[in-house]
Parts: sequence; C-alpha cells; structure tokens
Amino acid sequence: MTTMPSIAGPVQDEIVYARPAALTETVTHYCPGCTHGIAHKLVAEVIDELEIRAQTIGVAPVGCAVFAYNYFNVDFAEAAHGRAPAMATGLKRVLPDRIVFTYQGDGDLASIGLAEIMHAAGRGENLTVVFINNAIYGMTGGQMAPTTLPGQKTSSSPCGRDVETMGMPLRMAELLAAQPGAAYVVRRSLHNPKEINRAKKAIRTAFRVQQAGLGFALVELLSSCPTNWGIAPLDALKWIESHMLPYYPLGDYKLAEGVERL
Amino acid sequence: MAKKLLKGNEAIAEAAVRAGLQAYFGYPITPQTELLEYLARRMPDLQRTFLQAESEVAAINMVYGAACTGQRVMTSSSSPGISLMMEGLSYIAGSEVPCVLVDVMRGGPGLGNIAPAQGDYHQIVKGGGHGDFRMIVLAPATVQEAVDLTGLAFDLADKYLMVSVVLLDGSLGQMMEPAELPPLRDPARPEPEWALTGARGRAKRVVTSIHLVPEDEEVFNQKLQAKYAAIKAAEVRYHEYQTDDADLIVVGFGTAGRVAQTAVKQARALGLKVGLHRPLTLFPFPEQRLADLAQRARAFLVVEMNAGQMVEDVRLAVNGRAPVKFYGRMGGVVPLPDEVLEQIKQLAETVGHTPHHSPVSCLPLDGAIA
Repeated sequence: MTTMPSIAGPVQDEIVYARPAALTETVTHYCPGCTHGIAHKLVAEVIDELEIRAQTIGVAPVGCAVFAYNYFNVDFAEAAHGRAPAMATGLKRVLPDRIVFTYQGDGDLASIGLAEIMHAAGRGENLTVVFINNAIYGMTGGQMAPTTLPGQKTSSSPCGRDVETMGMPLRMAELLAAQPGAAYVVRRSLHNPKEINRAKKAIRTAFRVQQAGLGFALVELLSSCPTNWGIAPLDALKWIESHMLPYYPLGDYKLAEGVERL
Repeated sequence: MAKKLLKGNEAIAEAAVRAGLQAYFGYPITPQTELLEYLARRMPDLQRTFLQAESEVAAINMVYGAACTGQRVMTSSSSPGISLMMEGLSYIAGSEVPCVLVDVMRGGPGLGNIAPAQGDYHQIVKGGGHGDFRMIVLAPATVQEAVDLTGLAFDLADKYLMVSVVLLDGSLGQMMEPAELPPLRDPARPEPEWALTGARGRAKRVVTSIHLVPEDEEVFNQKLQAKYAAIKAAEVRYHEYQTDDADLIVVGFGTAGRVAQTAVKQARALGLKVGLHRPLTLFPFPEQRLADLAQRARAFLVVEMNAGQMVEDVRLAVNGRAPVKFYGRMGGVVPLPDEVLEQIKQLAETVGHTPHHSPVSCLPLDGAIA
C-alpha cells in the first residue's frame, strides 16, 4: 500500500501589514519626505483599531491637509481656514454619539484659528484634534508661521525670524493645556520610529478620551516640511530633533482625571 | 391658535422652534439679543442644541458644521456681526447645505449705533462674501410676517439647499404686535443623501466648497446659477396696496415699506392715485412685477432706511420706462409718514397726476402674501 504524497496548498502567509480600512486607495499630493502621510496613517490605524470608522466624521483644515478628505475613508467636511473646531463643534453638538475629529496645521490652528481652538478647549468640547506643527506655512509656499522658530528663514522672514519685530513662536500644547476644559493635551514627534509609535498611542488615547466623553483632546505632532525648509527629508527629520525639540518639548501637558485609566 | 402679543425677536425665535429648529448658535449683539436669550431658555427645554459661540465667526461655522448633518439650524445677528459671518456664508453657499440666518439690522457703517436701519441690503441681497452666490432673502414688515417668513425660510433653505435670510430692522425686532404662531412641527427629518452622519453601510460622504480645476468650478457655478434662476421663476413674493390704478408707485421693504403704506393711504385721501409695492422676497427680487407696473405708472418713489440700495434694483427692473426717485433716511433714523407723503406730493407735481375722488379702499397691512 502506497500513500499518496499530500498536495501542499498555497502557503497562507500571515498578513502583518496592510493599508488601514480608514484610508482610501489614493495617492496623496504630499511632497516626498513630508510627515503628513505618517500622521494620516496613524490616525487611520487608530480609527480601524477602535472600530469607529462608520461613526467618525473628520473636519479638514485649510493648508496642506486641505485634501485630507480624499485620503480618509470616513465622512468628511472641509472647513474655512482656522474654523475646523467651530465646524466640528456644530457637528458634535447635533450628533453627540459620533466621533468628530479635526486635522489642522499650525497656520490654521495657531494663527487664524486661535480663537476657535481656544474656545473649543475652554468649553471642553468633546472633540479630538490632530495638530501638525511643522513651523511653517506649507501650502502657500513656506511663509512664517506662528510656530516658526527664532532665526528660522522663511519666504516672509527671509533673513530669519527676528523676534524683535516678529515676536516669539506660540507653544500651543502648553497654552491649551492651561485651560480647565482641556482633558488631554500632549506633544509628540514624527522624527523617528520610536516617537512615531508614541505618537500613535497618544492619538489612540485622544480618540478614547472622546469616546469616554472626557472632553477636549489634542495631540500636537512635530512634523517636517523638507520642501519649504529647503533640506533633504532625512535632514529634515534631524532638524526636528535638533531645532524643534528644544523649543517644543515633548510630553504630556494635560491628563485630566480618568484619562490614565483609558 | 389665537393671536398673542409678541415681540419681534422672540416671535422669530419661537417660529423657528416650531419649524423644527434643532440647533442654534449665536453671539450677543443689540438689537437681536432677545432672540438668542429666548432660545437659551427654550432649546434646552426641548433637548435641542443651544450654544453661545465665542464670536459671529465661530457661530456661522458651527452652523455650517451642524447644517452638514441635515438638521434644521440657525443663527442670528445684527449688521456688524453679519459682516463677520460673510466668510462662512460663502462657504455654506459653496457647499450647498441649508441653514437660516436672521439679520436684525442697525445703523452703520462701523460700530454705528443700535437704532433701526436697512443698510445691510447690499451685503445680504448682493452677497457680501466672495464668489458668485446668492441667499434667499425674506423681508417682513410686521411681527406676523416675521413669524410666517421664518417658517418659510426653513422650507426654502431645505428645498434649495442654501442660506435663507430673514432680514428685518431693529424696530421690528423690538416691536410688540399681536401675531399667531404656527403649531409645533415634528423636528424629526429623514436623512438627506448628502448628510454627514458617519459612513455606516454606505460610501463615505464629503461636504466641501473646493473645485480646484477651473472647469469643474465653472460647472458648479453654472449649477448654482441654474438654481438661482429656478428660484427667481418660482419664489417671488410681494405685498401690494392700491396699485391697480396707480400712477405713482411707492416701493419699500420692511419697516420703510410699512411707513410708506401709511403715507400712501394719506395720499389717497388727498386724491392722489398712488400705490405701494412692498417686496417680501429681496432675492428673488420682484423685477418682473415692477417691470409690469412700469408699463402704466408715471413714476416710482423708493423709500429706504439707507442711502439708496434697493433703489438700484428697482431702476434695473423699471429699465428707464419711468423716473425712479429715492427718499432715504440713514444712520438709524426711521422716516415718518409725513416725510414720505411730502415726497409723494412733490413727485405727483413733477410728473403730473390724474386726481380721482372715488372712495378709498384700505387693505389690511398684513394682507395675504402674494
């Protein structure tokens, strides 16, 4: 009696990495080396892991992330410059059981939209905010932002930011964390894999804070802009570490009661 | 339902509630603040959303966000606050979501004063924000009309997916008059196919006002213009008094039109063949009706509480067929009937008139909405 050799089927490889369902299959318009793509992926992975894709509504800013609604596979609104927190407030107040997040850059959030973000935090508005701080206006071609560092050259501060005439950059995480209405305010960075992992955990917590109804949650992400900084992508990541981290220290600026149990 | 003595601002607020208002966002400014204060008490009682925003800029953007859900939403303000909302109104127009705006006008420009005026005609009717957009504009002259037109504003906003404005001046906002409120409508509404509610069991939806490719933006603009043309064809409303045999036509909206009606009544008593045309819709403007009146009328007199804004539209409609004279008071001054009567008499002398001595028939001021 002979035994037939078993016919091996196709090898079932374990899927260890895939595009998150919360991202569309769209090529982004972001420049090579820009960290927006990483931030998008982290947000989308968190939406997948929390299984909230079908109940999430995003609000896009004016700035480089203006087309974020093309890349996230969730309902999306496109706000006027700086007004995303107000628009998100309107959405969330009418649909309190949905998850509403804004995705905003530093010109949008820290300059023209300062009133809207401050009062959303002050009200303890139950929103999640992803705040991209790359120290420059990206979409309009590299002008000085409220977060541009002292001495940093931009197209509207060509000799470097002169703090005597142009003032000092705003530290938004510190500013917002000081408001009693804010539940969770942290600063993270996207300049290396370790910090990217920490950033993802923070984004996850920021969504969990909203799910738990604890109030306003914001994750500031130090990000690179190789195109407008005028340096290569890898050097841009190093520039975050050497120049941005000293002025914008990473850390947890506000952990309201109940956040650490999430 | 019996008539009750109601203050204009509060009557509009309650009319909005009864039309199914689900969320209100606003900022205090005289002379509309009673509207906000009324809803601060009323909306929470009904488990509906009331929120005092940090600015008019924030208020209109909260309205924008809430309107994206397909619910009935509203804000209210007065002239300087409306200026701040123009950015948001342009975005809402460019996104085609419905909402209602109440503008209780005051004296300007700048901080101006808190007295009744009509200086917002241009910024509301012509669209003070950027881009080619229109808003439906309803102009009540009585508290009853304010109630009726507020309900209509919500229906038209939903029908045409755009901003509907109830445009009145501070005197009507502050005035108390008997008016009848409609019954409370069920605020529950079917979800529109464009509403942002979370992509459960369907493809994701996006509300945006961006069309980056010029040809796409042009196609979108053509769609808007076609919508506005349909509104011009279907939604014109006006009130007239004694226009059938009139040689002279007085035109005014809101309070100015109401004052003018008293003057027209007095002029009729003097034997002058004069009538009143009072637009209830400023967009769409009753241009065809004015053109028809111009076939017979010898002259027009436009009365406004501004330096002459609507008069431009009257002149376009009359199109040179008759002289169009203007009388206006500015800065928060309301014209008196005697002043308007004097203007009517002067105009009658200038163009000549046919005296008549038939009995005067007086229609009620709050007559049927044509």
